[in-house]
Amino acid sequence: MISDLLSMTVLVGILASGIRLATPYLYAAIGETFGQRSGVLNLGVDGQMLMGAFTAFYVAIKTGNLWLGILSAMVVGALMGLAMAFVTVNLHAEQGISGIGFYLFGLGLSDLLFQKLLGTVETVKGFPKIHIPFLSDIPVVGEIFFRQNVLVYIAFALVPVAWFILNKTTLGLKIRAVGENPEAADSLGVSVARIRYFTIILGGTLSGVAGASMSIALVNVFQQNMTSGLGFIAVALVYFGAWRPWGVLAGALLFSLVNSLQLWIQVLGIPIPSDIAVMMPYILTILVLVATVSRVRAPSALTKQFERGD
Amino acid sequence: MSNSNPEKWFPKLIDGLLPVFATIAALLVGAVMLLLLKVNPIEAYKAMWDGAFGSQNALAETLVKATPLLLVGLGICISFRGDVINIGGEGQMIVGAIMGTLVGITLVDWPGWAVIPIALITGFIGGAIWGGIPGVLKAYFNVNEILSTVMMNAIAVQLMNFLLRGPMIDPSQAELASKIPQTARLLDTFRLPRWVPTRLHLGALIAVVLAILVYLLLWRTTWGYRIRAVGQNPDASRYAGVKVRNYIVLALILSGAFAGLAGVMQVYGVNYRMITDGSASGFTGSAGFNGIVAALFGGLHPIGTIPASILFGGLLVGANKMQRVVQVPSALITALNGLVVVFVVSSEIWRRRRQKRRLAEASPDGEGIIPVGTDQGDTSSKEKEVEL
Repeated sequence: MISDLLSMTVLVGILASGIRLATPYLYAAIGETFGQRSGVLNLGVDGQMLMGAFTAFYVAIKTGNLWLGILSAMVVGALMGLAMAFVTVNLHAEQGISGIGFYLFGLGLSDLLFQKLLGTVETVKGFPKIHIPFLSDIPVVGEIFFRQNVLVYIAFALVPVAWFILNKTTLGLKIRAVGENPEAADSLGVSVARIRYFTIILGGTLSGVAGASMSIALVNVFQQNMTSGLGFIAVALVYFGAWRPWGVLAGALLFSLVNSLQLWIQVLGIPIPSDIAVMMPYILTILVLVATVSRVRAPSALTKQFERGD
Repeated sequence: MSNSNPEKWFPKLIDGLLPVFATIAALLVGAVMLLLLKVNPIEAYKAMWDGAFGSQNALAETLVKATPLLLVGLGICISFRGDVINIGGEGQMIVGAIMGTLVGITLVDWPGWAVIPIALITGFIGGAIWGGIPGVLKAYFNVNEILSTVMMNAIAVQLMNFLLRGPMIDPSQAELASKIPQTARLLDTFRLPRWVPTRLHLGALIAVVLAILVYLLLWRTTWGYRIRAVGQNPDASRYAGVKVRNYIVLALILSGAFAGLAGVMQVYGVNYRMITDGSASGFTGSAGFNGIVAALFGGLHPIGTIPASILFGGLLVGANKMQRVVQVPSALITALNGLVVVFVVSSEIWRRRRQKRRLAEASPDGEGIIPVGTDQGDTSSKEKEVEL
């Protein structure tokens, strides 16, 4: 049975679903990268994702318009980001703890709304797979990369865009300055508050999309706590990726490929208990954190409050 | 120094009441949400109050729910005071319960007076191990404890599902197709004594005694002093010769241990077997998270966490009644708990501002002295090399 894993069809299947599964991690972790680069740890990602997932699902089911679903998920994510920004930037609340608060809030509210507004588990017809002309016909590669839904393509396109913004634009320079040395940035006339508002709201927006990518593109249902902690993994991936978009991509791919592998192991009926198989990505993440984290340095001002001195 | 001077005691009173204001604010937001759901908030909250405190049985149920919150909360008091954010209460509860349950279903020939304490201690140790791993990872490998404890939660859930569906499954379930993930029932003699006719068990009393012990630990012993010192200023502690890493590990071990005890008490005091629905909260009832809320509400003080746990236990029990009476899903309470956390940490700014003002008054040239040994939770004023 182990040999089944090595057949071409299965390998292609593992890789293709690995790419697909990376989608929500990418949105959420890229958003979180911006936040952390500016010095803000947002632990509420999972709550924002759940709210995004529910909103997108609800809007898509009621209007039949998937893009409207995405848009509303973005708005809801942005609003939660706005609240987080106010609490961290203006009220100087401890970031790790307020993030947990926002997580619980999103977890409870999305469940409450689901039970009150929908009640039963329904499915929605999510984003279809798009076969990219010519490219999707390439054997193996085409099947793995170019027969995915549109949100997958956007997620991967986001990586170079994020890299470009962070490293090649003035905005990116300001974000990094605010995350490394807010006092210096402030003295040069950069508004620490404004930059952090921007990154936290951007992070919330992307978390909203991350949730939507699950409820109306990957799984096409909404359930109570459907992310089951995926948002926390996304935060871990930012550390894992050493606060760089390409590193985050590598982490997301590694995590989701292992996840995809364990799903296929279950599908093929290989006699490893499924509960043990599900553990693998988490154990792997811890091990990789151990191996990488001690070598890279976090943004200096991460989790630190900034108060303008007079 | 006179207590009659309102300038002295009034701010202190406000400080103490901040969490209460935060809760009222959260309940007001909840009322708006209820109105939007076309439910009369007064009716809903009244149902909640009745369900939580309205009768002897309701009160007993509230205390039953408050017990794991208090135990987890005590662990949170220790770790957060040491500036270690332990989010792993769920996993630590699970592992504590697994190990404690193993004692009960293995030592079936032993007398109850021996098995119960052994099981509780084993659960304590189980949680300590599950908390200690992230502790070592943080202290020696610089791995952020928030992330590792979350991962450890996920791993613990799978471990529980594997064991409860496999090696530890109730022999009567193993034959059935349904295979409900649960262990065999504990012998009657292994149960924690109950205050009949309610379900209130001895664990509640043990938790209160432990709260006093944790208070003594944190403020009357060298260990406790050092945990707090490391939390407030790791650099100063290091210069003072404190082995900072060891105290980070110790904080997480103790924090995990109390969560583990909370887990094993659910088995020996409430369910008499370990049972889940496949999710973490299926066993823990999310006490691993809600204990954080209770501890924050109690000002990260072990004694303050006692009433806070009762309050949140009451919210949880009352939410069930509310669900029955006005058909509002109890998920509302999860959302409100989240808001309480946000409001409590946000309101800290008031306390900090006042403290700052006081310091500025103390040193007129404005050179703020950073107080080592005060009880503020402000992280901005200190450099933290150990923080990832």
